[in-house]
Amino acid sequence: MKRLSTVAPSVVVSLAILLFIGIAAVAPNLLAPGNPLAIHPMASFLPPSLGHPFGTDESGRDVYTRIIHGAGASVLIGITATAIGLGLAIVFGLLAGLGPRWLDFGTTRLLEVLFAFPGLLFALLFIVIYGPGVLTSTIAVGLATAPGYSRIIRSRVLVVKRAPYIEASLVLGRSRFFRVTRHLVPNVAGSLFVLATLGIGQSIVWASSLSYLGLGAVPPAAEWGAMLSAGRTYISSFWWLTFFPGLFIVLTAAATTLLGRGLQERVRS
Amino acid sequence: MTALLSVRNLSVTFGAVAAVHDVSFDIPAGACVAIVGESGSGKSVTARTILGLAGRDATVSGSINLDGPDLDGPDLDGTEVTDASPRRLRALRGRDIGFVSQGALVALDPLRTVGREIADSLRIHTNLSPHQRQQRVIELLESVGMPEPTLRAGQRPDELSGGLRQRAVIASAIALNPRLLIADEPTTALDSTITAGILDLLAGLRERGTAILLISHDLAVVSRLASHVVVMRAGVVVESGSTQQVLREPQHPYTRDLIAAVPGGHAHVGSPAGDPVVTAVGVTKRFGSRVAVDDVSYELRRGRTLGVVGESGSGKTTLARLTLALERPDAGAIELFGQPWTASPERDRTARRPRIGAIYQDALSSFDPRLTVRQILADALGSAATVGGRATEAELVTLVERVGLKATVLARHPRVLSGGQQQRVAIARAIAPRPDIIVCDEPVSNLDVSVQAQVLALLDGLQREFGLSYLFITHDLGVVRQVSDELLVMKDGVVVERGATEAVFAAPQHPYTRALLAAVPDLWA
Amino acid sequence: MTLPLGPTATTTTAESVRRRSWLPWAAARLGGVAFVLWAVATVTFFAIRLIPGDPAEAILGGPGSQASREALAQARKDYGLDLPLGIQYLHYLGRLATGDLGTSYSLRSPVTTVIGQNLGPTLLLAVSSLLIAVVLALLLALWSSRSGRVAAAAGSVLEIIASAVPHFWLAIALILLFSTALGWLPPVSVPGPAGLILPALTLAIPLAGFLGQVMRESLLDALASPFVLAARARGEGESGVFWRHALRHAAIPAIGLAGWAFGSLISGAVVVETIFARPGIGRSLLSAVQDRDVPLVLGVVLVVAVGYMLVTTLTDLADRFVDPRLRERS
Repeated sequence: MKRLSTVAPSVVVSLAILLFIGIAAVAPNLLAPGNPLAIHPMASFLPPSLGHPFGTDESGRDVYTRIIHGAGASVLIGITATAIGLGLAIVFGLLAGLGPRWLDFGTTRLLEVLFAFPGLLFALLFIVIYGPGVLTSTIAVGLATAPGYSRIIRSRVLVVKRAPYIEASLVLGRSRFFRVTRHLVPNVAGSLFVLATLGIGQSIVWASSLSYLGLGAVPPAAEWGAMLSAGRTYISSFWWLTFFPGLFIVLTAAATTLLGRGLQERVRS
Repeated sequence: MTALLSVRNLSVTFGAVAAVHDVSFDIPAGACVAIVGESGSGKSVTARTILGLAGRDATVSGSINLDGPDLDGPDLDGTEVTDASPRRLRALRGRDIGFVSQGALVALDPLRTVGREIADSLRIHTNLSPHQRQQRVIELLESVGMPEPTLRAGQRPDELSGGLRQRAVIASAIALNPRLLIADEPTTALDSTITAGILDLLAGLRERGTAILLISHDLAVVSRLASHVVVMRAGVVVESGSTQQVLREPQHPYTRDLIAAVPGGHAHVGSPAGDPVVTAVGVTKRFGSRVAVDDVSYELRRGRTLGVVGESGSGKTTLARLTLALERPDAGAIELFGQPWTASPERDRTARRPRIGAIYQDALSSFDPRLTVRQILADALGSAATVGGRATEAELVTLVERVGLKATVLARHPRVLSGGQQQRVAIARAIAPRPDIIVCDEPVSNLDVSVQAQVLALLDGLQREFGLSYLFITHDLGVVRQVSDELLVMKDGVVVERGATEAVFAAPQHPYTRALLAAVPDLWA
Repeated sequence: MTLPLGPTATTTTAESVRRRSWLPWAAARLGGVAFVLWAVATVTFFAIRLIPGDPAEAILGGPGSQASREALAQARKDYGLDLPLGIQYLHYLGRLATGDLGTSYSLRSPVTTVIGQNLGPTLLLAVSSLLIAVVLALLLALWSSRSGRVAAAAGSVLEIIASAVPHFWLAIALILLFSTALGWLPPVSVPGPAGLILPALTLAIPLAGFLGQVMRESLLDALASPFVLAARARGEGESGVFWRHALRHAAIPAIGLAGWAFGSLISGAVVVETIFARPGIGRSLLSAVQDRDVPLVLGVVLVVAVGYMLVTTLTDLADRFVDPRLRERS
């Protein structure tokens, strides 16, 4: 077991943050016992105070409660989008890395073309075809991140494929199937875990960016992106409506990225 | 007469680790003193500390005194390096003390031309104009025997061969005629014929009055150049004296073991030859336009070791890979136990593969990084054609003990083991399926001399016990003499000479073989 | 002294090989670019036809556009939607070749005009952000190479967090800080440099975080390498080591990221231009998506793809310039 002193403080903090968010996603009432949908018209647009640490929104709903209850939906979106992206990437990466030359060539060309639609643009293209909404924006983010992951997985597959220990296994008399399933895939899978960790934070950011632009989740859902979308018009006057949901998104993204990079460092050493 | 460099009670610690402890020695002007030791002996740290380059986290105590007028200040008694200011140290480096660092292959910035690197010393320490510097660079390259110096000065390191790169590094170190040149493993990773040239170059410098501090693990190189030897082990000096005395009559047990471990001192004693197990006929392999192996034939017999010796680019590694059927020859064929081997499709070979195993130069990279020693060996045992089911604990323990390891090693990961232990694990894996043949590709080249001797002894013992045949690839003539019954000498893909090892060593026929044998500084000459 | 030299490297042939090998590389590169552009054009061609419903409606604003019969018929005629698919495709490629990207129905002007008007401000924003990001990343790299381990670790954490922050939140935070609280800068983009600062910073900071991480790694590697030790042994001081040796090595992977950085900047521009109400193709793209103005969306996507190919080709050239080792490889 690794001693705590060998784990970087940034990783510890990230884990703590993610634990908090995880609890919020699974059991929000533990952290925010109120009702996220309860309307109090008289108490609308209240700035942050002791009673409402993050203020209230246009219908008097407590922002903090909504953020905690919205965690589940936002995290689910992040996980789904990452799953789509990684799932596709694994298929592409393995096909390209393990298949015959022409398959690798074709896949690489395909990836090159997909890269010409950078980031958000692909998602926007998808949305213009299939319309806005939570489902389409989640799928859009997943598809948009797939090429990036594919390239990483493909190069990892190629590196492992040529590794001396794969050849040593051949010398021992192992079949190709054995070498691929018992040596290659497990060594590629390790990097998948790191990618997934990094990816969830990134997906939440992108999905919420789309929501902020009005193309993703819509109010009154207590989902972080939807809250951003609703608060868009009130930035200068009632800044807390967008700032605090955004802050939680930032915390989640930063925590997953720090954790992911920390894992990467550990794997490398 | 005061020594040029005088080191007294030098200690260097990194945190809690003492890399160097209470080391003292002198370097007389114009003499060559060698520090000999294996990895972890502290010899490289000592060399870097003399220049004040031990590193940021190093704590240095003791005294290093460089004799001679302080060219930057009023002090006429010399410079105390451990006390010197950073500016004084920078002035010292390159001008009073030159440094040829370990691994010529990476001692030059790959993004800059060789000429620029050499001119840097001139730029830092003199007021010469760029044109004058360029002139001096060309003079320097000429003086170190670089062919076409004007052309070479404008090339980058990757455009030069290893030997030429090392000459360039030496040129940059002597640019300002320093009184002391520190050479840290200047000939490691170079072919023997190139090594001879570099050693001659250094000897020439010494004759012209430059003192040399030679750091090396190679006793033969040391005997060629140094008049005095300091033997270090685990950060401490265990013996020192004149080269003659230390190498002929070593006092300390460690020194005696070190000298005894140097391979090649005695001939190989082999078993009587059996039937041929591997037969290669007219094997040729091309990579693009380059011919790696050209019409090579050989016969490996049961219980014998066939050595394949050659320098880099000779094709010996390709020959090993062809023997293992990891590459398909473009012409010719190899047979295993009288059956077609390279000519068969892979699926026909799979069943026979356990009978021919391999060990490599870098044992660690041949292990799946996720697995423990137990898993690696269990996998190897499980692939034996005769053994059904999983390996038992008893089998695993027997296996590791047979290669000289303790059973506790099973639970560990190879990356925490020493180089020698890793190679033993690799040998255990190779013998697990009870093979008849093992192809050994430079298996001891990365190991310290004393560990090398142990591994070679292990391989010898296993050969006797199991009647193994070895195809032993190496560039080291001493090693090949010690392990092989017959040998092939390869150059540029062609076998230039073959025969019984002792016969070839006693009376080499081919000019290349003669050059190869002549180039190696011989400890027993 | 003459000594046996052993195997020599490729000598004078190296020069001529270098010159000759440039052409096949350039040709292959150009071919690759042409292929990608053709593929992107094909994707955009099919994009319209993927939209559920009548493509003519899609061109005029989506299924709920309530376009008139005449307008629909006109669109069908203009885009040749009644013709066989193959002919439509060829017409499409032909129109692209002549620079006709169709008409934006929401803005009632040719797409090329709209893009032409808005491309300039976005490029200005992108370039300024890139410059700021590079300077920031360099400063961070320089600082962390000089300071101790704790400071370097802190710098690394800072960079990682910076790279993970979403643009919209950073924009809000910067507006709150510099505009609402301090009143130094306008919250909305105004013409002139003052209006450029906050948007550029918003784009620059996450990019700097990413570039910084990449540069830091290769910088630390370079500083620990044998050739830097050799340089120090020659008497080179710390600044000489940094500027003459380590920096070039650190720059290589950063240059390789340029293509990705371009994409990231354009993506970010969509959000940043919207928040700061700054004219640019980012904002045009967003409104186009909101209005289901398909021709404009496709037009922007195509132009961005061309820009991306341009950037990656320039990056490859720059790579070969900075790292001469790449010049000889095919």
